[in-house]
Amino acid sequence: MSEITPDLVRHLAGLARILVSDEEVEQFTKQLSLIADSVAHVSKAIDADTPSTSHPIAMANVFREDVVEPSLSQAEALSGAPDSAEGRFKVNAILDEE
Amino acid sequence: MAKAELMNYEQALEQFEVVIGLEVHVELNTNTKMFCGCKNEFGNEPNTNVCPICIALPGALPAVNKTAVESSIKIGLALGCEIAPTGRFARKNYFYPDLAKNFQTSQYDEPIAFEGSLDVEVPSGKVHTVLIERAHMEEDAGKLTHIGGSTGRIQGAEYSLVDYNRAGVPLVEIVTKPVYGAGAEAPELAAAYVRSIREIVKGLGVSDARMERGNVRCDANVSLRKHGAEKLGTRTETKNVNSLRSIERAVRYEIQRQAHILANGGTIIQETRHWHEDKGATSAGRPKSDADDYRYFPEPDLVPVQPSRELIEALRATLPEKPADRRKRLAGEWGFSELEFRDVVNADLLDQIEETVTAGAKPQAARKWWMGELARIANESEEGAVPNITPAQVAELAKLIEDGKINDRLAREVLGYVLAGEGSPAEIVAARGLEVVSDDGALIAAIEAALASQPDVIPAIREGRMQAAGQVIGAVMKAMAGSADAARVRELLIEMANK
Repeated sequence: MSEITPDLVRHLAGLARILVSDEEVEQFTKQLSLIADSVAHVSKAIDADTPSTSHPIAMANVFREDVVEPSLSQAEALSGAPDSAEGRFKVNAILDEE
Repeated sequence: MAKAELMNYEQALEQFEVVIGLEVHVELNTNTKMFCGCKNEFGNEPNTNVCPICIALPGALPAVNKTAVESSIKIGLALGCEIAPTGRFARKNYFYPDLAKNFQTSQYDEPIAFEGSLDVEVPSGKVHTVLIERAHMEEDAGKLTHIGGSTGRIQGAEYSLVDYNRAGVPLVEIVTKPVYGAGAEAPELAAAYVRSIREIVKGLGVSDARMERGNVRCDANVSLRKHGAEKLGTRTETKNVNSLRSIERAVRYEIQRQAHILANGGTIIQETRHWHEDKGATSAGRPKSDADDYRYFPEPDLVPVQPSRELIEALRATLPEKPADRRKRLAGEWGFSELEFRDVVNADLLDQIEETVTAGAKPQAARKWWMGELARIANESEEGAVPNITPAQVAELAKLIEDGKINDRLAREVLGYVLAGEGSPAEIVAARGLEVVSDDGALIAAIEAALASQPDVIPAIREGRMQAAGQVIGAVMKAMAGSADAARVRELLIEMANK
């Protein structure tokens, strides 16, 4: 049985800063449960010796040399920002300590 | 912010055992950022070292900086850590505009280095072994400036401005295991540990290691438990402690604050606290709660890092002398007393004195200037900053004295001009004509003038009472505004008495 509860969905929505209605909580609980159950089903098929995989293609050590490449100009960097001032991105004050 | 009630420090230690844990972030001095080719440079115009990767434009793909990985391995090796044969990056998800991606690329379950240890000497001379839990790679965040409100801090701010030049700069976070048994020395041990880390990364050449620029930053965890108790107490994590002195003070403060609460039947809230250097106190930040639910998961845009044994051994071969070994060597070479040497270490002047000696000064002369006049000037300056003088200049100053070109008093005058930016000591002595007068003609004239009002001196010297010479030397010095060569004046007086 799935461990996805309505409270967990609300918690996840909170973490993701998404406002959800009660109907949506119910809907997402069902949908996420289905996904979690499917994953649980796959888990049964593998044993403890199977290494976990975080990348679909088995490759490692893809590096970049430590060489400076051109950056954007300040104007380019800020061009997509909703608001800016003094060469910086302007954002709402957020009530948290630095 | 009201200052919390504190228990007397000795009393707190009688009642409780102190356990500390330290997280140190080291900013690497690579040419470029961790995941993109933007310059890793301090002090540039805002948002000029940014690109689609570090400001998180859609579709941008990160690529790992090879040098940053090698620097991280070096740090791990220098801390006696195992290097993971395979490690991966993870996303640490949170919403805060210091990173544009809404996550920090970090390492979680597979750090690059783990299980190390570091021997740290505290001011008393005792050596504590601090066990290292892990060292992992991650990226720094951008810089926020809060605008509006009275204090410039976030409370009451109307909006914030973000500069992403620092976003994506490579960091290595070094985390200790809980440190037990430091007792009353826990604050000193915390500071000495960070000092050792700083020496190591500086010695490795992987970081500029300047705390005032945030190249090395420390979060200090402190918890208390009753002596003999097995369970660890609830800890607080004090952030924003950015000087060695602050670390020491912040740990001490937390011990006293927590002891007062616990002794009065209260409980410690697990929370982030902020150190305020000006007030000498910590204040509560946010409690550890949902906000710390970072939903780590493997970074799908990056592949694992799997350093070969050959690479690890090649990097191990490049490691410099360990700080503890270096200290032993320097203590032997310099011939300072144990106390003199420890004072130098605690004043954080090992590097300056070593460089001054390398530049040609005698060790005791180098020590005298850095620990004396220059330390006094640093203490009197507002920021307690290192004076604006290079070790080479101090060595030059010491050499001028050694060669008898200037005396101590003139040297202090020259020092003032060096600090004011007038040039090197030798240049200043030449430009300002500050060399001591050892020209016998001028000295003899001044001595004769002094003897005219002190006729008893010559007979006294003839009788072997050399202390009488002091009056004349003083008068000559005064007459020549301190620029007389005192040793020569003394010689001339003796010659005159023996005629």
